[in-house]
Amino acid sequence: MTTRSPVAPELSAIEVRGTTRGAFLMRGALAVGAAYGAGTVGPFVTQALAQAGQGNPRGAGDIEILNFALTLEWLEAFYYQRALKAVNMSSETKALAQEIETNEFEHAKFLNGAIKSLGGKPVPQPEVSFPFAGESKFLQLAQTFEDTGVMAYNGAAPLIEAKDVLANAGRIVQVEGRHAAGIRMLRGQNPAEAAFDGVLEFQEVVRRVKPFLDTLPFSFRQEELPRGAQQGDSSYF
Amino acid sequence: MSQSEVQDERPPGPSAMERLMDDPSSRKRFLTKLGGTFGAGAVAAFAAACGAADKTFPNQRSPEANKNPQFGGGTKFGEGDTGIVNFALYLEYFESDFYDLINNSGLLSGKFYSISRQIEEKEREHLEALRDTAKQMGTQPIKKPKTKFPVESQPQILKLAVTIENTGPAAYLGQAPRIQEAEILASALAIHTVEARQAAALNMLHRKKITPDGAFARPRDMATVLKGVAPYIVG
Repeated sequence: MTTRSPVAPELSAIEVRGTTRGAFLMRGALAVGAAYGAGTVGPFVTQALAQAGQGNPRGAGDIEILNFALTLEWLEAFYYQRALKAVNMSSETKALAQEIETNEFEHAKFLNGAIKSLGGKPVPQPEVSFPFAGESKFLQLAQTFEDTGVMAYNGAAPLIEAKDVLANAGRIVQVEGRHAAGIRMLRGQNPAEAAFDGVLEFQEVVRRVKPFLDTLPFSFRQEELPRGAQQGDSSYF
Repeated sequence: MSQSEVQDERPPGPSAMERLMDDPSSRKRFLTKLGGTFGAGAVAAFAAACGAADKTFPNQRSPEANKNPQFGGGTKFGEGDTGIVNFALYLEYFESDFYDLINNSGLLSGKFYSISRQIEEKEREHLEALRDTAKQMGTQPIKKPKTKFPVESQPQILKLAVTIENTGPAAYLGQAPRIQEAEILASALAIHTVEARQAAALNMLHRKKITPDGAFARPRDMATVLKGVAPYIVG
């Protein structure tokens, strides 16, 4: 199901795909199945269908969405943490990387706590690896992560049930947008590419971050992936 | 999708997070736990986030909320989602006027001028989209306010731009959890992060932190936003 963003033609480029929770979760399940082999789909599909039905505990789907966000936050936090050690940066870049690193760890820790408070089980920290080279490559990949983060949150937010969870996701995505602009400015790019930020579906987010995840740390699949399959695909930069 | 379908997916009863927000003792326990694990910085940030949530959305689930001027009820913007769209339109008019004025002042140059022109274009797109949305929702779009801004020098203008541009994302963030229709919410979020990007870019030019609120941006309610822009509105 595809719902077009309202009426105004200027907004019609923004698609809210899968505005039902079931659609969102199903797509996520199928995406992960496609990326990692059909064997991984089963349990998640069952869970998704159960959540889409009536009479389930309120917030069950919110936990899935927050766990999805948590993985992205860990990925970003570790990226800046490691880059600050591995990459020779100008003082301006270093200051920004430190500011962002602090924020990303706070996001991850907040989400971890929020998932527990909703009665969920936070996904474990992912095993990650990054292809570090110089400052310019660092900023390039940082921009990919930040822009992806913005679109991932904006895509998932309308599916969130609890208003307080939505409010906190909003507080986080604004900060991701600010990070994206800071990185873009250091690269001499426009802070915003268009007047409206797009959304990404679960499937596309997985495709973008997969090359940097050595393990797939979602709650429905925790076994190790073959390392060889995960090494630096930079074809989409 | 209609509103009723969205509502049908939401079983009654407060979520764990809502219970946490509503219950001071459990929130205190939660914060203590966070403190033990994550350190004072994270607690302060989370407490600020919680405090803001309590202050900004205390009545969001009650019908009375829409009658409260703090939440836009009974104001010139109207109630519900149309009121929020009109409020956003009002702010975009305000911002567009500002950038139109400063970009034609002959006082700007360099990186700031280039960014400022980019922002003006985007504000205009926001404005047009929101005006069309208001019309399509069957409401009269709010009238363009008359504005007056002090324009003296590039440093003075940049400082004012930082203040004005950081108001935008805070205003959208304050409204987002009040929006009923998923499509309107998605559109507001699509604008919200662009406003955030613009604010961060100007902060950077002003040698200010790109995330002045830290890891969790603070929302501003309608009344606070209107108070902030009032000095520059003359009619």
